[in-house]
Amino acid sequence: MEKLIALLIAAPLLGAAVLLLGGRRLDRVGHWIGTLLSTASFVFGLVLFTDLLGRNAEHRTLIQHLWTWIPVEGFQADVTFRLDQLSMTFVLLITGVGSLIHLYSVGYMEHDERRRRFFGYLNLFLAAMLLLVLADNYLLLYVGWEGVGLASYLLIGFWQHKPSAATAAKKAFLVNRVGDMGLSIAIMLMFTTFGSFAFGPVFGHVDGASQGKLTAIGLMLLLAACGKSAQVPLQSWLGDAMEGPTPVSALIHAATMVTAGVYLIVRSAAVFDAAPDAQLAVTVVGAVTLLFGAIVGCAKDDIKKALAGSTMSQIGYMVLAAGLGPIGYVFAIMHLVTHGFFKAGLFLGAGSVMHGMNDEVDMRRYGGLRKYMPVTFVTFGLGYLAIIGFPGLSGFFSKDKIIEAAFAKGGTEGWILGGAALVGAAITAFYMTRVMLMTFFGEERWKNQATRSPEAPSAEPAAEHRGETAEPHPHESPKVMTIPMIVLAVGSVFGGGFFSIGDRFLYWLEPVTGHSEGHSPVSAGEVTAATMVCLVIGVAVAWAQYGRKPVPAVAPRGSLLTRAARRDLLQDDFNHVVLVRGGEHLTRSLVYLDHTLVDGVVNGTAAGFGGLSGRLRRLQNGFARSYAVSMFGGAALLVAATLLMRAV
Amino acid sequence: MSFPLLTATAALPAVGAVATAAVPAARRTAAKWLALLVSLGTLALAITVLVRFDPGGARYQLTESHSWIRDFGVRYELGVDGIGVALIALTAVLIPFIVLAGWHDADPLETGSRRWRPTQGFFALILAVEAMVLISFEATDVFLFYIFFEAMLIPMYFLIGGFGDRAHAQGEQAAATQRSYAAVKFLLYNLVGGLIMLAAVIGLYVVAGNFSLQQIAEARAAGSLHMATSTGRWLFLGFFFAFAVKAPLWPLHTWLPNAMQESTAPVAVLITAVVDKVGTFAMLRFCLGLFPEASKWATPVILVLALISIVYGALLAVGQRDIKRLVAYASISHFGFIIMGIFAMTSQGQSGATLYMVNHGISTAALMLVAGFLISRRGSRLIADYGGVQKVAPVLAGTFLIGGLATLSLPGLAPFVSEFLVLVGTFTRHPVIGIIATFGIVLAALYTLVLYQRTMTGPVRPEVSAMPDLRVRELLVVAPLIALLIFLGVYPKPVTDIVNPAVRHTMSDVQKKDPKPEVEAAK
Amino acid sequence: MNPVNYLYLAGLLFTIGATGVLIRRNAIVVFMCVELMLNACNLAFVTFSRLHGNLDGQVIAFFTMVVAAAEVVVGLAIIVSLFRARHSASVDDASLMKL
Repeated sequence: MEKLIALLIAAPLLGAAVLLLGGRRLDRVGHWIGTLLSTASFVFGLVLFTDLLGRNAEHRTLIQHLWTWIPVEGFQADVTFRLDQLSMTFVLLITGVGSLIHLYSVGYMEHDERRRRFFGYLNLFLAAMLLLVLADNYLLLYVGWEGVGLASYLLIGFWQHKPSAATAAKKAFLVNRVGDMGLSIAIMLMFTTFGSFAFGPVFGHVDGASQGKLTAIGLMLLLAACGKSAQVPLQSWLGDAMEGPTPVSALIHAATMVTAGVYLIVRSAAVFDAAPDAQLAVTVVGAVTLLFGAIVGCAKDDIKKALAGSTMSQIGYMVLAAGLGPIGYVFAIMHLVTHGFFKAGLFLGAGSVMHGMNDEVDMRRYGGLRKYMPVTFVTFGLGYLAIIGFPGLSGFFSKDKIIEAAFAKGGTEGWILGGAALVGAAITAFYMTRVMLMTFFGEERWKNQATRSPEAPSAEPAAEHRGETAEPHPHESPKVMTIPMIVLAVGSVFGGGFFSIGDRFLYWLEPVTGHSEGHSPVSAGEVTAATMVCLVIGVAVAWAQYGRKPVPAVAPRGSLLTRAARRDLLQDDFNHVVLVRGGEHLTRSLVYLDHTLVDGVVNGTAAGFGGLSGRLRRLQNGFARSYAVSMFGGAALLVAATLLMRAV
Repeated sequence: MSFPLLTATAALPAVGAVATAAVPAARRTAAKWLALLVSLGTLALAITVLVRFDPGGARYQLTESHSWIRDFGVRYELGVDGIGVALIALTAVLIPFIVLAGWHDADPLETGSRRWRPTQGFFALILAVEAMVLISFEATDVFLFYIFFEAMLIPMYFLIGGFGDRAHAQGEQAAATQRSYAAVKFLLYNLVGGLIMLAAVIGLYVVAGNFSLQQIAEARAAGSLHMATSTGRWLFLGFFFAFAVKAPLWPLHTWLPNAMQESTAPVAVLITAVVDKVGTFAMLRFCLGLFPEASKWATPVILVLALISIVYGALLAVGQRDIKRLVAYASISHFGFIIMGIFAMTSQGQSGATLYMVNHGISTAALMLVAGFLISRRGSRLIADYGGVQKVAPVLAGTFLIGGLATLSLPGLAPFVSEFLVLVGTFTRHPVIGIIATFGIVLAALYTLVLYQRTMTGPVRPEVSAMPDLRVRELLVVAPLIALLIFLGVYPKPVTDIVNPAVRHTMSDVQKKDPKPEVEAAK
Repeated sequence: MNPVNYLYLAGLLFTIGATGVLIRRNAIVVFMCVELMLNACNLAFVTFSRLHGNLDGQVIAFFTMVVAAAEVVVGLAIIVSLFRARHSASVDDASLMKL
C-alpha cells in the first residue's frame, strides 16, 4: 500500500510536466488533463485513507523510501514519504479542494488564452503541496515548501502583463524567502543538534538537546511559518497576492498553502512541546495576527482583499491553537480543515460574483445581487454563517474549541489569549456581515455605471477579452462553477459537526499530535455563550452600519484606524520606507563604492604605472646621441663599480 | 604502458584548436562543425575518464608520470581525484554548449562593416582554453599546473578583447575601447596573481626540492619535509592570492564584471563557469593539500572575505542595470559560497563546494546563454530596454526563469543541494557566519526576480514586440542544461559518490574532523 | 719603447671618437668617429697581444676590421638613403623611432 504514496505526488507532477511542455497542441484538452490528474490523486488519497481506517490506530503510519537524495559524509537526506493521520488529513484536503477548484477553473478561465498553462501551474502546486505534507524529513519538506512558493509566484503573477501582478508575485516570493531562511536555519540547527533532520531521529532525541537549541529551532520554525502563513510580521504579501486569478486565491491563498505554517508547527509538536518559550512566541504571533487580519478585513472595499484579511485572521486562530501545545494541536488542524471548506467556498463565491459583474471587485459597486445569483448567494451565505461560527455549522465547532483551549492555557496568558480570540470572533462577525450586506443586499449600486472608474482596483484583466465595459448584467455562473461551490458549502455546513460528534477528529489525530485537556478557568458552556454574545454584537454593529443605512458608492474618508487599516495598518509603508528605499540607497551606494573605491584602487594603480611610464618615456627622445651618452655612462659606471669592488 | 587517457583528453581539444584554426577562411561553417565535433569527442573521452575512475580506489587515478625538466625536478605528472573528475566532466559537458551557443557570434558583420571577424579563431581559442583548463584539472605537478594556469590567459585575452556583442548602444568604436579595457584588465589582474604565485612556486621548490604533489605529501607524512611555519604561510598566501583573483574573491573581483559584460555570452560562460573554477579547484587541491597548517591559520580571514563576497556580490547584483553585469555579480556571490564551503573545513562544506562548482557552472551557463540569446535579439544589454518579453517569446522567458530559479537555488534544482551543503557545513563550525550567509538566499531571490520582472513581465514594449522565440539550435543548448539541473537536483548521488572519497582525503590532509552533533556529544 | 704608451694612445683615440659621436650631428662625422673608436680598440687589442705574448688579440683585431668593413657598407648605405629621404645628414633629424 505504501507504493501508492508516490503516486499521490506523481499524478499532478505528470500533469504539470505534460501541460507545460506539451505546447499549444494541448490547448483544447489541457484543462481536462489537469483536472483528471488532480482527481486521480484524490482517488489515490481515498484508497489510502480507507486503508488507514482499516488499521489499528498505532499502525496508521506508512513509510515509503524512494531513494537516497544527498549522501555526504555525516549528512544524509532521503526521499522518503510518511503518510500518517496528519498528512492523510492534508492529502484529502489538498486533493479534494484542489480537484474542486480545478473543476471550477475550467469555467472561470474559459476565455483565457493561456488556460493550459494555468492548469499546469495548478498541478505543479498540488505536487509541491503534497510533497510538503508527505515528506519524512525537513529538507524534503523544504523542497515542497519552496515548491509551493514557486507555484504561488507563478500563479499570482499569472497575468504577467499587468505590472501590479508581477510586483505582487515577486513580493510574495521574497517575503516567503525570508521565512524560508528561518526554515533553512532551523534545519541547520537540527543538524548540529541531532545530526539529522528526519522526523524520527529529531523527535526521538528531543530529550537530549539543550533548551536553548530547542527554543532557537522553534523560533526559526515559527519564522518559516510566519512567512508561508502570512502571520505578523511577514503578512504583507497576502493582500497583494489577490492579484492572482480567484481560483488561485481560493486554493493557495485560503485553503491550502497558507496553512502550511500551521502544518509545520503541528508536525514539529515534539520540538515545541519541549520549548515553552517558543510556544509562547507562537501564541503571541497567532493572537496578534488574528486581530490584525480581522481589523484589516474590516476596512477593505475590495472583496478579495477583505477575504484575504479574514484568511490571515483565521490562520491566526490556527497558529494560536498550535502554540497552545497538546491542548490545541487537534483543534488547529480541525479549524484548518473546516476553514479550507468555507474559505475556499467564499472565494469561489467571490469569483462567481466577479464573473457575473465584469470582474468588478469593489464591493461598493455591488449590492442586491441575491436576486441575480441565487446559487452563489446561498453557498456564499452558508460559508458566511460557517465562518462567523453560527451554531451548528463548521466554524462554530472548530473556532469554539480554539477559544476554549486558549482560556485553558491558564493564568494571565490564558485570559489574554482567550480574550483576544473572543474579540477576534466579534470582529469576524462584523466584517463578514459587512461583506455579505454590501454584496448581496441593499440597493443595486452597479446600475447606471457605464464604465468602471479608473481608480477602482481591477484584479481581473480578462475582462478585456470578454469585451464588456458597459453596465454589468449580473448572472449566475455556469454549472461547472456552481457545483464545486455547492460541494464546498455542504462541507462548510456539516464538516464541523461531523468531526466533532463523538470527537471523531480528535481520536483520528491524537496518535500523531498527542492531546491533553487543559484546566479551563471557564467552563465550555460559558465560552460558547460568550462567543455567541460576541457574534451577535458583531453582526448587529455591521447591520447598523451597512444594512440599515445605504452604502456610499465612494468610500468615505473614515477614521484614522480605518484609513490605516485600508493600508494594511501601515505595514507596507514601513516596508517601503525602510526596506525598499533603504535597500535602494544601500545598493546604489555600494555600486558607487565598488566603482570608485574597489575598482578605483585597481585603476589607480594602473594609472600610477601609466604615469610613471609616461615620465620614463621622455628619456626615449629618439636622438641616437643621447642613447649613446646613457650607454657610455652605463659602461663608465660598470667600470667604476668593478674597480671599486677590486679596491675593496 | 596503458593508454594515456588523461593526456588524450586534454590533447584532443588542443589538436582540434590547431586544426580549426587551419581551416581556410572561406569555409567557416566547416570550422564550426569541426569545433563541435572535437568538443563532443572530448566529452566522450571525459565520460571514459568518469567511467574508468573508481571512487573507492586510490586517491589519484589514471596517473601518468614522465620526467620533463630533469634539472629542476619538474615532471609531467597527471592524475585525477574525485574532485578533478567532476570538474573535468563539467568542462567537457559545457564546451559543446558554448560552441553551439556561439555558433553565429563570430560570423562576419553585415556587409559594409570593415571589421574582420576570424570565425575560425573564435572556435580555435575556445578549444584551446578547454585543453588548458582540462590539463589544469589533471596536473599533479605544481609547475605543470602553473604553466597552464597562466597560459590560459592568452586565449582568454583574445576571446574577451576580440569578440564582443554585435550591437552596441554607443557604436562600434566605443565598444572596441571598452572591450580592450576589459581584456587588458582581465589579463593584468590575473598576471599579477600569477606572478605572485610564481614566486611561491619557486619558494616551494626551494623548500621541498620538487614540484610533485604526491612526493611532497609523502615527505610530509614521513616527517622529512622541513617547512618552517612562517614559510608555509607565506607560500600559502602566494598561491591563495592567485586563486583568489581567478575565483574571484572580494576585493579582487572587479575584473569579472567588466570581462563578462564585454564578452559574448558564450565567452562569459567560459570565464565564469569553466576558467574561474580552476581557481576554486586549485584552492582545494593545492592550498589545502600543500599547506594544511597555513590553510587553517588563514581560515578566519578567508571565511570573512567569502562572506563579504556573498553579501556584497548579491547586493551589487541588485543594483545593476546591465543584464550581464548582474549575472557577473551574482557569480561573485556564488564564488563566495564555494570558497566558504572549502574553508569551512567540514565534509559537508567541501563536498558542497565541489558540487557547487559543478552546479554553478551549469546554472550560470543556462542563465547566461539564454540572456545572450535575449541580448542578441534586441541588441542591448540594458535591463531597462526590455519588458513584456514573456508575452512575445514564452519559451525564452520560461527557460530564462528556470535559469534564474537555479541561480536563486530553488530546491529541486541542482544548486540548492550544493548551497545547502555549504551552509550546513559552515554552520556546524561557524554558526554566525552560516546565518549571515543565509541572507544571501533572500538577496539572490531579489536580484533574480527583479531581473525577471523588469525584462519579461509587464506591458510589451514596442521594440521587443517582434522578437522571435527560441530557435531549434538555441533550444538544443538550453534544454539539456535544464534537464541536467533538474536531474542533479533530484538525484545528485552520482556526483557525491565520486566527490566524497576525495573530500575525505582533503579532510585528512588538513587533519580536521567534523563536529559531532550535540545529542551525540552529550553521550 | 714601453708598450703601455700604446694603450694611452688607444685611450686617447677612443675618447676623441666617443666625444665626436656624442657631440657631432653630421652623420658622416659621427660615422668616422665610430671608426676611430673601433681602431682605438684594435690598437689596444694588438698591444695586449704583445704584452701577454699570445696571438688572441691580433686575431680579434682582424675580426674587428672585417666587422668594421661590413659596418661601413651598411652604415654608409643607411646614411645615403637617409640623406635622400630628408636632404640632410644630421643625426637629429632621424628621431622617428622614439615611442
